[in-house]
Amino acid sequence: MDVGIKESIVAIVTTDRNIVSTSTVPVFYVNTEEQKERLALMVAKVTMGMVHDLQNGAYVVVRH
Amino acid sequence: MEKHGMMIITSIIMGLLARIYMIRIDHRQYPSYPQGLVSHLTLGIIAASLGSVALPALMAKEYSAVTFLALAAQQFRDVRNMERQSLDNIEPTELVPRGMAYIEDIAKAFEARNYMVIITSLITSITIYSLNLLRFSTPIQITSGIVMGIISAIVLKKLLRRQVIMEIAEVIPGNIVFDGPLLTVNGVVIMNIGLKVSRKIYVEKGVAVEIIPKDADASATLSNMGQRQAIQHNASAQLGIRKDVDEPDFTPLARRNAENGNIVMAIIPMEPDVNLLIEAVKRTPVLETSKRKPLESKVGYKASLK
Repeated sequence: MDVGIKESIVAIVTTDRNIVSTSTVPVFYVNTEEQKERLALMVAKVTMGMVHDLQNGAYVVVRH
Repeated sequence: MEKHGMMIITSIIMGLLARIYMIRIDHRQYPSYPQGLVSHLTLGIIAASLGSVALPALMAKEYSAVTFLALAAQQFRDVRNMERQSLDNIEPTELVPRGMAYIEDIAKAFEARNYMVIITSLITSITIYSLNLLRFSTPIQITSGIVMGIISAIVLKKLLRRQVIMEIAEVIPGNIVFDGPLLTVNGVVIMNIGLKVSRKIYVEKGVAVEIIPKDADASATLSNMGQRQAIQHNASAQLGIRKDVDEPDFTPLARRNAENGNIVMAIIPMEPDVNLLIEAVKRTPVLETSKRKPLESKVGYKASLK
């Protein structure tokens, strides 16, 4: 049986420190859009998750 | 026994032929031959023997023999369980899963085919027996037995035939547009794709379809998640899918337009040809377990007139 975290945010990647406030989900801060794109891809590959754009400057990685 | 020998043998052969006629080896690779093929042919022979000895047993006043038919029914229920379990077990290994509804449908079909074999054998033996009572010559008995067997196999196959999407819906090409990160097909949002690289691949290589149900029945059938999963599986199995396990971005998803019941699906096949995709979707079977007929109810019919 496949046991694991499903349907929940496993990481947040953002350029803006003001828009996230969490103590449960790992947050990765980056400086540029390119870095954000790249880091989100890296995290998604490791967690087998999918990257979603919240359009407020944050990307969330979600396992479906 | 001797006087029934010819009748039993002819019926077994007819039953087995019916099973072979029903076995389909095609792109689905199911049953996975040669191993699956052998086990199903063997079960087919058992089913055929049961069907063909039922009548002689009754004639010989061996009524207890009929209880074996009950045993047979149990046995073929196990066939269904066996197929279901084996498909369930390989389900996690599929890039695009078949879905529980599709598996249930396949398992049911295997069970039903064995009953079809029993019925074919039974009809063959009944024909031969009754012509024997009417004192027709042996060649006539056998020939009519075979003819009746063939007719019943064909009729039963017709009865068991599944509808395909083509019969309940129109399938037209869809247009992939990104609204920010949202992947939309013909205006219906499918999912949020964050990565720009993935969006680019969708725009360049993605193809999409819109499935327009012909009536309220079709709309209810297509709304079923199992039916949609079957469409996704069939499309990606036939066209090939440009995806690996760590790329959930490229999972084909069929989403429903809640306004009118249309289904849209975007997929990135190995061969991005929208006409081939339409063809694959059109030929997807309508699952027995997903089929709904709201129009047959009084309320459903009235609602459709509004």
